[in-house]
Order: sequence, then C-alpha cells, then structure tokens
Amino acid sequence: MATANLAVDLSNLSKQFDKKSPVVLDGLSLTVNRGEFVCLLGASGCGKSTLLNILAELDLPTSGSVKVSEPPTLMFQDAALMPWLTAGENIELALRISGYEKSGRKKRAQELLELVHLPASFDKRPHELSGGMRQRVSIARALAQERGILLMDEPFAALDAITRDFLHEELLQIWKQTELTVIFVTHNVREAVRLGQRVLLMSSKPGRFLKEWSINLPEPRRIDAPEVANLASEITDHLRNEIKRHG
Amino acid sequence: MANHSNHQSELGLLSAGLDALETQSSTDVTLFKRVLKHAGPILAILFFVGAWQIVFNLKLTPDYVLPSPGQVFTSLKNQYEQGILIPSAWNSLRRGFQGFIFAILIATPIGLLLGVNKNVRLVLKPIITGLQQLPSVAWVPAAIIWFGLSNATIYTVILLGAVPSIANGLSSGIDQIPTQLLKVGKVLGANRWQSIRFIILPASLPGFLGGLEQGWAFAWRSLMAAELIAVSPALGVGLGQLLDVGRQLGDMALVLGAIISIMFVGVLVERVFFSPIRERTLRVRGL
Repeated sequence: MATANLAVDLSNLSKQFDKKSPVVLDGLSLTVNRGEFVCLLGASGCGKSTLLNILAELDLPTSGSVKVSEPPTLMFQDAALMPWLTAGENIELALRISGYEKSGRKKRAQELLELVHLPASFDKRPHELSGGMRQRVSIARALAQERGILLMDEPFAALDAITRDFLHEELLQIWKQTELTVIFVTHNVREAVRLGQRVLLMSSKPGRFLKEWSINLPEPRRIDAPEVANLASEITDHLRNEIKRHG
Repeated sequence: MANHSNHQSELGLLSAGLDALETQSSTDVTLFKRVLKHAGPILAILFFVGAWQIVFNLKLTPDYVLPSPGQVFTSLKNQYEQGILIPSAWNSLRRGFQGFIFAILIATPIGLLLGVNKNVRLVLKPIITGLQQLPSVAWVPAAIIWFGLSNATIYTVILLGAVPSIANGLSSGIDQIPTQLLKVGKVLGANRWQSIRFIILPASLPGFLGGLEQGWAFAWRSLMAAELIAVSPALGVGLGQLLDVGRQLGDMALVLGAIISIMFVGVLVERVFFSPIRERTLRVRGL
C-alpha cells in the first residue's frame, strides 16, 4: 500500500541524550495507519515519553528517521491548562494559535466542550474543575487543533478508577466520531487492552519494541470483561519477564 | 443509530453525575475572619495611640521630645489649614507615581529579557541584584552632582530604587512558570512572540505583581529620601520636605506628623491599588 495511508512511520529510530549516557531508544521501527488506535505499554525507563516528544517534534532522534503525516498534538498526565484562563478560553487560545477565525472561536470552543460532555463549564477556571474534568478540557483543547494525530502520555494515570473508566469510554467515542490517529502511552496493561486496536510492549533500558498484539475483541469492551482480563494477564506475564531481567 | 444515541446519553448522564460528585462547593470565609480583617487593624492603631497617650501622661520626657497624639494631630491640622499638607502629599504621590510608571516601562523589557534569555541573565543578574541591594538614598549625592536640585535628581533616585525590584520580580516570575505550560505552548504551535504574549507574560503575572509592589515601596522610600535631602524652592513642596521643615524648626510634633503622613500614603496605595489586584490575580488562579 502507498505511504499515503500512514500517519506515522518510524525507521530504526534511536535516542541517546549525550554520548556518555545510556541509550534510551534503540532501533525502533513502527508504522501506524491513519485512524488507528495504538497503545504503547512499558515499565518505567522504557523511553515512552521520549518517543512521544520526538513524534511531537519537541525533541530530535539521535539516528533513524521519523515521518509523520502532519504535526501531532500531545497530551500529558497533567492537564496543563492555563490557570488564568477559563476552560472555554483555554480552548479558544488553541484555536487562536491554530489560526481559527476570530468570530467563530467562542462557538467552536463551546461545541468542543459539549463533545467532552462539559456543556456548562465554559466559564469555569481550571482550579474549579475536578481532575477528570480538567483532563477532558485538555482533550477538547487538543481536538481544537484539528491535527489528526493525538499523542497521549499516560493521560489518565492520575485519575481514580471510576473517572478513568468513564474517560476511556468518552475517548473511544470521540475517536470513532473523528478520524483521529491515537498513540496512547500507558503502564496500565488493562487500559491498553481496553482501548487499543494494537498493543506494543516495550522493553526498558534501552527501549525496544518486544512484542505486539492485535486486539480483536468485541466492542464495546469493558475493562472488567473476561476477554480483556485474559489478554491482559498474558501481556502482564511478558511485562514481568521483561522487568525481572533488570533485577 | 438509536443504539448509538442511547449510548451517548448514557455517557452524558454518567458525566453529569461524576462531575456533580467531584466538584466541591467553595467554603465561605467566616464572619469572624471578615470582621478581623477590616476592624482588626483599626483596633491595633487605637491600642497603639492609647499606649502612646499613657506614656505621654507619665511625663517621662519633655513635650518637644515626645509630643502627645493630640499635639501631633494639631500640628497636622495647622499644616492642612495653611494649605501645605494636601499639596505636599499630592505632590509626593504624583512624583512617586510618575517615577514608578517610568520604572515599569524601563524594567519590564529588562525583566523579560532576563527571564527568557539565560545568557543575558548570567551577565546582567549580578548587576541588577547589586543595584537592588544598594539603598537608593546612596544615589542622592551623586544625582545632585549630576542634575543639581531638580526633578531629574528625584526621578533618577526613584528609578534606581524601583527598576531592579520590578525587573527581578518579572524574571523570577518567569522562572517559576511550570515547564509543562511552556511545552503546551510548543505543542499548540505558538511561535516565540505568541509564547511570550499568551503564556510567559500571563503566567509570570503573580511574580511580576510582587515585583511591582516591592518596586513601589522602594520608589516611595527613595522619593522620601530624595525629598528630604534635595530641598529647594524649585522643587516645591512634598512630604519629605515637610519632614525637613520639622527637623529645622525642632518641631517634633511636625516631624512625627510628617512620618505618619508618609506611612499613611504608603498604606493607602497598597490598600487601594496593589492589594485588590493581587487578591484578584491569586483568586482567579485558585492560589
């Protein structure tokens, strides 16, 4: 197939912060199709965040090539909203920097808030929102950029299990409605199996792709479904073997 | 399709419930705290004036060393009736504000440069800090030699007092910006100018305000020192000059009256101007 279908194309990518420090990423090759939902799974030190920073063009690889079909947007564990702006203004700022016409910004920001089920939060300041609500505003802000590729760096790791479960459902709904390509980094095996079409397990120090699973489970999946649990426990065994290697 | 929209409303309901559970209502400040905030300082002043009156009544020293609160009040009243007090206070305040505005215009680009450019900071920071440490009254003799007894002398001293504080406040405000917010700026695609305008400047506002507040205090002190030393008919009246008149006449009531007026103007500016801005800024950010 033509590369026109690819959102991300990594070839033999390596990263070392300087010559004396250990290799962080070692010869990663990966292709992600447009509209795909891929989960990267790994223990601490596997260079997941470094990889996302390189994809988001915040950092450069030491060697190898990175091709992205368009500049991606990136979300963090912390919603990182501007505390002096309201929820709506945070989204308007993203629209403004993306060059969205002024007259339509407010309406578009409200639409995006409705998409993440926060129709009444336009005028709320970040500190007036719960952690889950802030993270949803952050999703809306990322969508405002209309970038097509969404990188997520453990976005739900700091949330409680109930809120996280809700956000999984909301994220999948948004992903289905749009043609977004999602690369979702997590250290939570069940989360990866719950969300991804594909799960890639990474090794730590140096970061390499160890194994890959295509997830063909019925939709909608629940995090407590037996199929999810079975696959998660299989992946967990691989993850544990990888961790033991460092002991 | 029906199934799809059902699913959506299910998510909507779930969301509404979760949000209601997780959003805490703000706690009200107790009545006692509010009364204490406004009435407390007044009570403290009354207590202090009462103690002063008691010490005066003990007649430990002659009146010209420690006049009574009433004598100080009378002295200020005389100055007011002669049309000196208000023009003096107004003149000082006007000079102070003009100098302060100049100081902001000069210090803001310096602070911004110190904050965003590490190399500029390495080179300039020690000089700025040195200037900040130096009491600006030390510049009065030099300024008089350069500019004579003129307004230029007074503004020079105000600027040298206020600029370093404001510049340092802004640059440390920039230092305290969480790196995550700067990273968001890059992810959003902000260019250098957009990142300064939409992220760095607003994010550093609390530090900048702190610098402005300290800058004003330094400007006001420097102004008083300059007015006290640089006395000339060409400069007109001012609270510092009023203090000097009291010293020359050996009029302790007038000296104390002038000191109280200087403090009063300082507190008034803080209460009317800085305090509301600071409280609003912090409240908006949930700090």
